[in-house]
Amino acid sequence: MSLETIKTDTKGRFVELYRENQDLIKNDLPDYINEVREKAFEQFKKLGIPDKKNENYKYTDLNKEFNNTYKMYLSPKNIEFQVDDIFKCDVPDLNTKVILLLNGWYYDRENLIQELPGGVIIGSFQKAAEVYPDLVKKHFAKYAGFENEGLVALNTAFVKDGVFLYVPKGVVIEKPIQIINILMDDEEGLTQHRNLFILEENSQASIVVCDHTLSMPNFVTNSVSEFYIGKNAQFDFSRMQNEHNGSKQISHLYFHQERDSRVSANNISLHGGLIRNNVNVLLNGEGCENNTYGLYLTDKGQHIDNYVFVDHANPNCISNQLFKGVLDDFATGAFNGKVLVRKDAQNTLAYQTNNNILLTDDADFNTKPQLEIYADDVKCSHGATVGQLDEDALFYLRSRGINKKEAKLLLMYAFAHDVIHKIQVPALQERIQDLVDKRLRGELSRCNNCQMHCC
Amino acid sequence: MEKDQDKILNEVTQGEYKYGFVTDIENETIPKGLNEDVVRLISQKKNEPEFMLEARLKAFRHWQTLIMPEWAHLIIPKINYQDIIYYAAPKQKATLESMDDVDPELKATFDKLGIPLDEQKLMSGVAVDAVMDSVSVKTTFKENLAELGIIFCSFSEAVQEHPDLIKKYMGSVVPYTDNYFAALNSAVFSDGSFCYIPKGVRCPMELSTYFRINAANTGQFERTLIIADDDAYVSYLEGCTAPQRDENQLHAAIVEIVTHKNAEVKYSTVQNWYPGDKNGKGGIYNFVTKRGKCAGENSKISWTQVETGSAITWKYPSCLLLGDNSVGEFYSVAVTNNHQQADTGTKMIHIGKNTKSTIVSKGISAGLSQNSYRGLVKVVKNATNARNFSQCDSLLLSDKCGAHTFPYIEVDNKDSIVEHEATTSKIGEDQIFYCNQRGIKTEDAIGLIVNGYAKEVLNKLPMEFAVEAQKLLQISLEGSVG
Repeated sequence: MSLETIKTDTKGRFVELYRENQDLIKNDLPDYINEVREKAFEQFKKLGIPDKKNENYKYTDLNKEFNNTYKMYLSPKNIEFQVDDIFKCDVPDLNTKVILLLNGWYYDRENLIQELPGGVIIGSFQKAAEVYPDLVKKHFAKYAGFENEGLVALNTAFVKDGVFLYVPKGVVIEKPIQIINILMDDEEGLTQHRNLFILEENSQASIVVCDHTLSMPNFVTNSVSEFYIGKNAQFDFSRMQNEHNGSKQISHLYFHQERDSRVSANNISLHGGLIRNNVNVLLNGEGCENNTYGLYLTDKGQHIDNYVFVDHANPNCISNQLFKGVLDDFATGAFNGKVLVRKDAQNTLAYQTNNNILLTDDADFNTKPQLEIYADDVKCSHGATVGQLDEDALFYLRSRGINKKEAKLLLMYAFAHDVIHKIQVPALQERIQDLVDKRLRGELSRCNNCQMHCC
Repeated sequence: MEKDQDKILNEVTQGEYKYGFVTDIENETIPKGLNEDVVRLISQKKNEPEFMLEARLKAFRHWQTLIMPEWAHLIIPKINYQDIIYYAAPKQKATLESMDDVDPELKATFDKLGIPLDEQKLMSGVAVDAVMDSVSVKTTFKENLAELGIIFCSFSEAVQEHPDLIKKYMGSVVPYTDNYFAALNSAVFSDGSFCYIPKGVRCPMELSTYFRINAANTGQFERTLIIADDDAYVSYLEGCTAPQRDENQLHAAIVEIVTHKNAEVKYSTVQNWYPGDKNGKGGIYNFVTKRGKCAGENSKISWTQVETGSAITWKYPSCLLLGDNSVGEFYSVAVTNNHQQADTGTKMIHIGKNTKSTIVSKGISAGLSQNSYRGLVKVVKNATNARNFSQCDSLLLSDKCGAHTFPYIEVDNKDSIVEHEATTSKIGEDQIFYCNQRGIKTEDAIGLIVNGYAKEVLNKLPMEFAVEAQKLLQISLEGSVG
């Protein structure tokens, strides 16, 4: 057990930390992972933490955020808490299998990996790397490329634990799996968990991820998740980010889709000091469909930056992006969506939409939807707007006796609903609807049922 | 049917560049290369006052500290700046008393380009400033315009005769520190057009500059400065062509526009520099900085451009909307074919209150070309009630070309509405079928559809230009629809 305290302002400090703690970093993971780790480390030395000069991070300065003293969790820390008592995030009626990650480590240390009926494997990434080397070796770091992305290189260099899920051929998991990331400590910390999800041919799964902070100190998260979606598989991913305003969350999702697979991903960002979501999609076979949706409601000094890159590498694929947001107070935000249609990816349909509402003069939004197209038989379009609530609609409602505040709420609610109704799990949809409603009314300071009331 | 279309496309896209001839005329050139002495020499040749030389040297020294930017979606072969002749002028008598003094060879050149320098022959009311290589050859209708107080002359002449205006406005919109090519231009620019419309004057005719590169191995660096004083109006046209050569030539110009209270400037360009042959050999590198400043209240600047030429086009005509209620417009049709590359668009910077901007960009790519739209709409905090609408469409005519859209939207207050939409697609088979079914041949159908697609922008051009632009569009795309 050791918790290293580092000053993480420059990449030099990470390099130092890595060199000094090599044994501890490498000790509980097999060689094939440590080999990749070495490569990633070398790459990180070249790339460093991206700054504003990096076109993809133009509107979010991460160097500033990393410039602090944080603890890094190189081994699990035992923090005792009663899940049921403190934390009741689970959605009513949502019958899920719950998995907990505490500061980037699999929480249930007694039961690190379990096999469910049908051959489904779920558990700690670290344990899986040891018990199922063939599976992990085949997929680990194959989709999350660290050649150009300094933060993925950093995550890969320090990879320790996370969630591992394997769904064999033709198996359908009926119950959604809920992964709850909890950050809790009495000191500021940096977590870098690494998740790997493998869905084989014709399988189906649905995952709900919730991010929460349970204590006051500021946390930085730099997580990487890789998703392999086999032929004709169906995957539904929903994420709810609800951390306190001192936290900084940078997440990287890499979806690798094989032929005829379908993925739907929802990112609901309710709270968080700084959120940067990178979603990378590779459509690696014909007939794929990818839907990526996002909703962000920010206020105070929060910052949200969504980056989505969809690579249409093959013909006959469909992709949709819909991102909507409401910015209040002096919140800032950015959206950067990019669709790349490669040379032979004919019959591509790709749509991008980004709509934003600014409620105050101090709020600030930058959007950059991009299309890069090298094939001719395509239908691609994008649209972006930054504006405010429609005056005519407000007038319409008020002329029917609805007061201004209610009318505004109604309109905002309708605005957000577009994204909410894309959520596939009905119980979750209901729950998020409720949360968004409360959030817009300003009644939700953080997770509704959390007893910590830390902000 | 497919085959037919391919054939027609090929015919359309392989239309020859009809302005590719070279005029055999005696030239005065200076040796290749770029250093302080060359800058001094250019200034000396133009007999410039001290302040101009100083401005040039300042710009040159700054340029030396810069490196060429690489962020554009373009593949630019390395440019050797020491291998360019920075000054070339057709030899002719020192002052032109009348039309008879213009070298007949020169006159013939411009006649061939359809730009008659003889005022008697001019039917339409267009005053022309003809620029060949580094110098202005002839400005027509100067006297008629002078009666209204309008100054329309070559830049060098303005430096001599109106140094106050030059001192006040040169570099006020595009300072030499703006970018790499602006610095280069500020150091070595040779000539260009100057136009000043006094208070309350509505310019009765279209003003026009025609740029022609003739000499080999030269670069063309001209500067245009247009000032519209309170309540003035002018419509300005710019055209350009160059001979067909195997090597690439650099064109790095600066256009600055200033509009004061209630003034309006309409600037239209039909850019038809030599695009290189169908294997991508030769052609002009067109790296231009164009910017307008709406300095006064209720002023308006409108850019209309039809970009069909140049091997590489890299330009963003922009508007700084400083005055309250000022309006910026940008209408563009960019056509790329064969190996052409274009990275073009606009910047609209909303600074004043109630400012409005409209962007309509139509990209057409054919052959192996790459065509990008890149634009920025920025609304600063105090620019309340700003309004922008942008529309960027791309039409793909071959399976080997590329069309890209890179819009940037930055909004800093709550009262502004900014909208952007873009589409990329090819000509629908149903559209062609619809035309065929009504007895319109595939070739004509494609022409019809492309023209309809670009109509919104072509409509903004002055009449004389609109006809030419439509023809140009057809020639540029000859043989490219598939």
